[in-house]
Amino acid sequence: MTSLNTYRAGPDERGHFGIFGGRYVAETLMPLILSVEQAYHQAKDDPAFQAEFRSWLKQYVGRPNPLYFAPRLTATWGGAKIFLKREDLNHTGAHKINNCIGQILLAQRMGKKRIIAETGAGQHGVATATVCALFGLKCVIYMGATDIERQAPNVYRMKLLGAEVRPVTSGAATLKDAMNDALRDWVTNVADTYYLIGTVAGPHPFPAMVRDFQSVIGEEVRAQMLEAEGRLPDSLVACIGGGSNAMGLFHPFLDEPGIRIIGVEAGGHGLDKLHAASLTGGRPGVLHGNRTYLLQDADGQIQEAHSISAGLDYPGIGPEHSWLHDTGRVEYVWVTDDEALAAFQQCTRLEGIIPALESSHAMAHAAKIAGSLPQDHLMVLNLSGRGDKDVNTVARALGDDFGGSL
Amino acid sequence: MSRLAARFTKLAAENRAALVTYSMAFDPDRAASQELLNGLPAAGADIIEFGMPFTDPMADGPAIQYAAQRALASGGTLKGCLEMVAEFRLTDTETPIILMGYYNPVYSWGPEKFCADAGRAGIDGLILVDLPPEEADELLPHCWANDIDFIFLTTPTSDDARLPVIVGNASGFVYYVSIAGITGTASASASAIGDAVTRIRRHTSLPVCVGFGIKTPEQAAEVARLADGAVVGSAIVAAAFDAKGKGENPARAALALVRELAAGVRGARG
Ligand SMILES: Cc1ncc(COP(=O)(O)O)c(C=O)c1O
Repeated sequence: MTSLNTYRAGPDERGHFGIFGGRYVAETLMPLILSVEQAYHQAKDDPAFQAEFRSWLKQYVGRPNPLYFAPRLTATWGGAKIFLKREDLNHTGAHKINNCIGQILLAQRMGKKRIIAETGAGQHGVATATVCALFGLKCVIYMGATDIERQAPNVYRMKLLGAEVRPVTSGAATLKDAMNDALRDWVTNVADTYYLIGTVAGPHPFPAMVRDFQSVIGEEVRAQMLEAEGRLPDSLVACIGGGSNAMGLFHPFLDEPGIRIIGVEAGGHGLDKLHAASLTGGRPGVLHGNRTYLLQDADGQIQEAHSISAGLDYPGIGPEHSWLHDTGRVEYVWVTDDEALAAFQQCTRLEGIIPALESSHAMAHAAKIAGSLPQDHLMVLNLSGRGDKDVNTVARALGDDFGGSL
Repeated sequence: MSRLAARFTKLAAENRAALVTYSMAFDPDRAASQELLNGLPAAGADIIEFGMPFTDPMADGPAIQYAAQRALASGGTLKGCLEMVAEFRLTDTETPIILMGYYNPVYSWGPEKFCADAGRAGIDGLILVDLPPEEADELLPHCWANDIDFIFLTTPTSDDARLPVIVGNASGFVYYVSIAGITGTASASASAIGDAVTRIRRHTSLPVCVGFGIKTPEQAAEVARLADGAVVGSAIVAAAFDAKGKGENPARAALALVRELAAGVRGARG
C-alpha cells in the first residue's frame, strides 16, 4: 500500500473521503444541510466560537481529563505500558458531550430552537438533553425500544433533564431505526429544528464537524504523553460504533507514520453470526446520508446489527473510517461480546474503574496484543465512557441476581 | 419519443392532468401486487410509480414503511421488481412506469448494470429519494444511455436559488413534494401548491406532478387543476392493506380507489 502525504486533508468540498461520505439526503433537507455546512465553516474560522467552545469544555465538561497510567492492567497484560484516556470522567460520563457542546453552540448561531437526536446507549441522548437544559432549548430524543429497555437508567436521566424520549419500534428497534425516525422528524420540521448527530456519520458536514469537535481528545493525549513520557505514543486503540471517540483520538495522529492505530468493532456473537463489524463484515453502500461500509444482504437491504453494547449496535460506520480502512492507515479489528464482558470485569477489578461496554471492546483487543509488545511501548486506550449505565446488562449477561433493578 | 413524453403529449391534447399512482411491489405479496399493477391502466392510472421495497425508508410515513416491511417479508427483491415490470409490459406497452425507492439497492446492483437491466425490463423513469443532484452524477449517464428519465424532486424548501440546481438535469417531469415531511401525513393547501407550481414553471418547461398528502378524489381533482399530474401513494397502499385485513381482495380494493381518483382527475378541468 502506498502511503499518502497526509491523511488529514479530507473531506473534499463535496464532503467525500475518497468514494465515501457525501450528502445522500432527501431534497427537502438539502438547503438546510448546505446552511449547516456554511454555518460550520464560518464558526470553525471564528476565534470567538473556538474560544467559547474551549471555555465550555473546561468549565462545564471538566477538560482536560487525565491520561491515566494503568499500572495493574499493564502488569497483568505483561507488555506495553497502558494509558487510559479518561473520557469517562467528563460531565455526563462519556466523550459524547464534547460534540454536543460544539453543535449546540452552532445550533444557537443558526437560531434553531428545537433540537433532535438519536441515541443507542443513551450517552449521546443524555449529553444532548444536558446541553439543551443548559441552553434552554426544546429537546426530543429518538431511541429504539430495545435500547430503552437495556439502558433504562439513561432514559430516566434524559427525562429528568427535560427531554422527551420517543421510543422507536420499527426494524430491530435499535440505533439504526432511531436514526431513521430522527431524519423523518427533521424533514418534517426543517424550519426550526437542528439535528444534533451523535457520531462521525450522516451527511456532510456532520462527519467532519463531529470529528473536529472530538479531536480535543487526541490533542490532549499528544500534550499529556509528551509531558508524561517525553514522546508520542506508539499505539492508539479505540472502540467504534459510528466512530466518533476513535476519530477524535486518531485524527491528530494520522500523519505520524510511526504510530500504530487500531479501531475495534463489535463482533457480537462472532462474524459468522450476528455482529456489528461493518468494516470487516460489510461492503460499501449508502445509508443515513453517506456512503460507507454497511452490513447488507446481496440485494442491498440493510441487515440488523448485534452487539451487547447498545452504543456499538449499528450496521454502519463513519465514512472517514471506511476511507482510512481502504487506504490501510488504520487497522480495524473486532472482538466478541464475551471478550468485551471479560475486559469489562478485568478493568473494574484491577483498576477500580467501571468502563462502558463500548470502551470494553477497545480494552479487550488491547488485552490480546499488549503482552506481545515491548515494555517501553506506549499504548493509549480510549476509555470513551463509564459503565454505570451497563450494570443491568452485565448482570443479566453474567447471570447475576443483584436483588432488584438499578 | 419516450413513453413519458408521449403520455404528457396525449394528456395535453385531452386538456387534462395525469393521475400518477404509487403501489409497492410485493405488498402484500407478489401475486396481489402484480394483479394491482396489471389492472392500473384500465382503472385510469396514466403513469405508474412502482415502489421498490427498502429496509430503511427514511422519507416514508407508517403506511409505506409497513408496506416495505411486508414486501420484504414476502420475498421482495429488486430483481423481482424488474421481472414484474417485464410481465406488465407483455400486455401494456404505453403506460409509463417509474421505479421509486432508495439508492442503496440500486448502488448494490451497480448503477450501470441496473440501468441497462431496468431499461430492458421496460422501465421509463427512476425516482431515488436519497439521491439529490449533488450525488446523482454517478447514475445519470447510465439512465440516459438507457432512455430512463431520472425524476428530480422539488420541495417547499426549494427556493429560486435551489430550483435551477435541481431542474438542470431533469427530464420526464419534475416532481413537487408538496409538504416538508414524510409520505402519508399532512396535506398542503391548494394555494400553497398553486404558488409552488407557478414558481417551478418559471424554471422549467417540463410537466410538474404533485405528490405527498393527496388521498381523496377531491384532493386529486384540486391538484389536477393546478399541475400536470397528481400523485397518490399512501392511500392506495392503505386501501389494499385494509382490504386484505378484512379478507377481501387487496388488488381489487386498491383499483376501486384508483377508479374514483381517475374520475376526480378527469372531471377536474371539465
Ligand atoms: C461510551 C461510548 N463509547 C463509544 C460509543 C460509540 O460511539 P462512537 O463510535 O461514535 O464513539 C458510545 C455510543 O453511544 C458510547 O456511549
